[in-house]
Amino acid sequence: MKVPMSSSAIDLASADAIARYEPVIGLEIHVQLATATKIFCGCPTGFGAPPNTNVCPVCLGLPGALPVLNREAVELALKAALALNCQIHQHSRFARKNYFYPDLPKGYQISQYDEPFSENGRVEIVVDGVRKSIGITRIHMEDDAGKSMHEGFKDSARYSYVDLNRCGTPLCEIVTEPDLRSSDEAYALLTEIKQVLQFVGVSTCDMEKGHLRCDANVSVRPRGTLPFGTKAEVKNLNSFRFLKQALDYEIARQVAVIESGGTVEQETRLYDPDSGETAGMRSKEHAHDYRYFPEPDLVPLRIADEWLSAIRATMPELPGRKRARFISEFGLREYDADVLTSTRAASEYFETAARVSGEPRAAANWVMGDLMGLLKTEARDIADAPVSAGNLGDLVKRIAAGEISGKMAKEIFAKMFASGEPAAAIIEREGLKQISDTDELQRTVADVIAKNPKQVEQYKGGKTAVLNYLVGQVMRATRGQANVAAVTELLKKMLGADRIC
Amino acid sequence: MKIESLTIDAVRQALGTRQASAAELTREALRFAERENPRTGAYLHFSPERALAAAARVDERLAHGEDPGPLAGVPVAVKDVIVTKGVRTTCASKLLANYVPPYDATAIVRMEAAGGIVLGKTNCDEFAMGSSTENSAFGPVRNPVALDRVPGGSSGGSAAAVAQGTAVVALGSDTGGSIRQPASFCGVVGVTPTYGRVSRYGLTAFASSLDHIGPFARTVKDAAILLGAIAGRDPADSTSAEAPVPDYTAALDGNVKGLKLGLPREYLKDLKGESSDLLYRGVDVLKRLGCEVREISMPATDYAIATYYIICTAEASSNLARYDGVRYTTRSPHSDTLSEMYRNTRGEGFGAECKRRIMLGTYVLSHGYYDAYYLKAQKVRALIARDFARAFEQVDAIVAPVSPFPAFKLGEKLDDPMAMYLSDIYTITGSLAGVPCMSVPCGQTAEGLPVGMQILTRHFGETTMFRLAHAFEQSGAVN
Repeated sequence: MKVPMSSSAIDLASADAIARYEPVIGLEIHVQLATATKIFCGCPTGFGAPPNTNVCPVCLGLPGALPVLNREAVELALKAALALNCQIHQHSRFARKNYFYPDLPKGYQISQYDEPFSENGRVEIVVDGVRKSIGITRIHMEDDAGKSMHEGFKDSARYSYVDLNRCGTPLCEIVTEPDLRSSDEAYALLTEIKQVLQFVGVSTCDMEKGHLRCDANVSVRPRGTLPFGTKAEVKNLNSFRFLKQALDYEIARQVAVIESGGTVEQETRLYDPDSGETAGMRSKEHAHDYRYFPEPDLVPLRIADEWLSAIRATMPELPGRKRARFISEFGLREYDADVLTSTRAASEYFETAARVSGEPRAAANWVMGDLMGLLKTEARDIADAPVSAGNLGDLVKRIAAGEISGKMAKEIFAKMFASGEPAAAIIEREGLKQISDTDELQRTVADVIAKNPKQVEQYKGGKTAVLNYLVGQVMRATRGQANVAAVTELLKKMLGADRIC
Repeated sequence: MKIESLTIDAVRQALGTRQASAAELTREALRFAERENPRTGAYLHFSPERALAAAARVDERLAHGEDPGPLAGVPVAVKDVIVTKGVRTTCASKLLANYVPPYDATAIVRMEAAGGIVLGKTNCDEFAMGSSTENSAFGPVRNPVALDRVPGGSSGGSAAAVAQGTAVVALGSDTGGSIRQPASFCGVVGVTPTYGRVSRYGLTAFASSLDHIGPFARTVKDAAILLGAIAGRDPADSTSAEAPVPDYTAALDGNVKGLKLGLPREYLKDLKGESSDLLYRGVDVLKRLGCEVREISMPATDYAIATYYIICTAEASSNLARYDGVRYTTRSPHSDTLSEMYRNTRGEGFGAECKRRIMLGTYVLSHGYYDAYYLKAQKVRALIARDFARAFEQVDAIVAPVSPFPAFKLGEKLDDPMAMYLSDIYTITGSLAGVPCMSVPCGQTAEGLPVGMQILTRHFGETTMFRLAHAFEQSGAVN
């Protein structure tokens, strides 16, 4: 086997070889905070504006301009830290991270370095039914850079172009401990963090828009040994699929290097989604010296207890806890609880429907089945479902009360979805109420018995299957509004009574 | 009315009695300044359109019987590191030779709101780095008192304009003495207010934790009026102070009886010749005015220069990174790659002093050196600040020299950066502590070269500082 070079077309390790090693993975996750304006100026953070229009002297880094910290960004960052069970420091500081790049107009990024606002968090993941706690090393705030564009312009052959709209967008960087032992665990962690941050409204976590970006530190060690191997930092893992692919590739590459007698180099590698491979970007010798020092243009950040308490009070129940509660309180199956806590909107919708109906499991089936089905067909989000959670709960309650049949409910629901009306309005207008009134039913059943003497005879002769036909006749006569169970009971009773006579 | 010796009061009186309109006064001031400027080169360029527009607003306010503001119609020279919307702001650097800012510094906005007129932009050391204004990419400034001498620096142009009479007052910036030292060299009043007293928004950064905007004037009162107009909290500068701005002129009553003054031993031990004689004469005047003078000790002073040149270069290396040729910086035309563009733009654009400081600053922040240099310097800075805090437990003000020597000859120290750095010894301690300090004229050497006296007070103690300087000025002991 060749010693793999840090370029493409290398031999990867076999599955057997890989199995002899244990990967050690930590993630660095950048999350765009869902603020209306940038972190150090009043420019909007919107996506898709014409290049270099959402800019001002501050985010353009013009001479003399100064940053002013956005309070909303700090609030969202604090929520992220609370959601990831981090310790929050009352006193923290911003620092300059110095490097030259055309989309970094100040020549430095304003970040936090030796005094981040938050450290020592924990997140639980479940992989193959096994629960595991992953450490969060730290969370800090920083500003985003602009975007360099190398294609698509008239002079792209000779020049690169820079769009500074994104410059100054508020970010949180979440750094995890090297607690992950497989690409599946990394996938699960990123999923969990994304879900939690969406839940608390910290970020949309839209990966396509770059609101969630991920880098990974990866090393491998022979199974059963303790010392960490040399790590490579893999960048550009900007979808869940890429994260898994890149990690699997990188693990196989490192094992191959070691198995062939080589040593893994400490370096930064870039993942190429087209080839599915990682390639060396810069070695340790060429690592940047960012020359961090405290940002003199900002005063230290002090987080008052009262402020933190106020933010804590607004924190919603987090998905993990909610999931557990849905199982214990509503008797949901684990799978259903997972689906119904996948987003905050879904969980809130379900919970309202469950409470209104008094039938949580039936409500769960309706939400996951009919509602989500129709929403999917129309590519709509549950947050703007035409049927309100209260109205769906009310529908389920009416089924449970026997007021309408399940079959009728399906029709009513379709109409509710189309018009947004509550079930009551549709039932009223279309006269769809289920007939459970015994006097009324008794007359119809007697009528059916009278009109079908042959079938009655067969039934009495012991051919009980004919009962279904008679039930059908009653249902037809009532335009489907009769309660099937009540009809069956009545038929049996009246035919039986006859026989006795 | 002699344009070159106007004061703010004289301008107010001229406007109030309709002796002249603000527009007439501005035109006259521009005519005079444009005619006289070649003698010193104090101004880099003038801003007649902006000046006349501002004057028209003042006249309009006067016509409507409104208060035109404390600086109404007053011609102001502005150091070219303070950004002015629509008016070229070069920082005396080739890199910004054609840079026209799209916004105004807060100090400019406030100064104009008070009726002030921006006459033009003054020369200085490139990005305010220097003590002689010889580091300007556009040529040196000559000291109006002695044309073969430097005006001091880095705000040499602003000091020279006020001394020459081509502006009534001026704005400068001070990082380690860049207002006080040229004020001393040119024989005018120069004030470095408390750090955070005047917003830095729109002041092109050299060393952010040390940069101040402050006034130059021919009288203490004018300096106090100008500071009053530009001081105060600015939401655009997180480091600007909330403390209310007192009426500085109310304190100019000459009453300094019983004020306790400290003379720091460490500042005086090496002071020689006429600079020393003039300072002690000044101290005697203050004693006669009723001040109690005692010797004090500020032991951390010896480390001030090293501390200052580590912190200011570290911050400068970061602040000057943005001049990279990508957007507004003059880009070197012959570069094929990004790294060539950076190197050529910065290599060709920055002058020697800026390069020296960028390299020093990059070095002291580098991995493995940070603790030994930058972090240690911050600790020493805290010690220097403690010296001041302790001193102000005993005294109301500190009296000190501004510079070890009066204005030197053009070119005399240009090849010896170390000698140039050492000349900052008396001014940088106040800068590092962030306390208010000023230079007030204290007499002239036998050759007729001005020498200033430095007055320093506790944080936000500008009122005491102005009271003392004003009483000293009014005593008539000087001149």
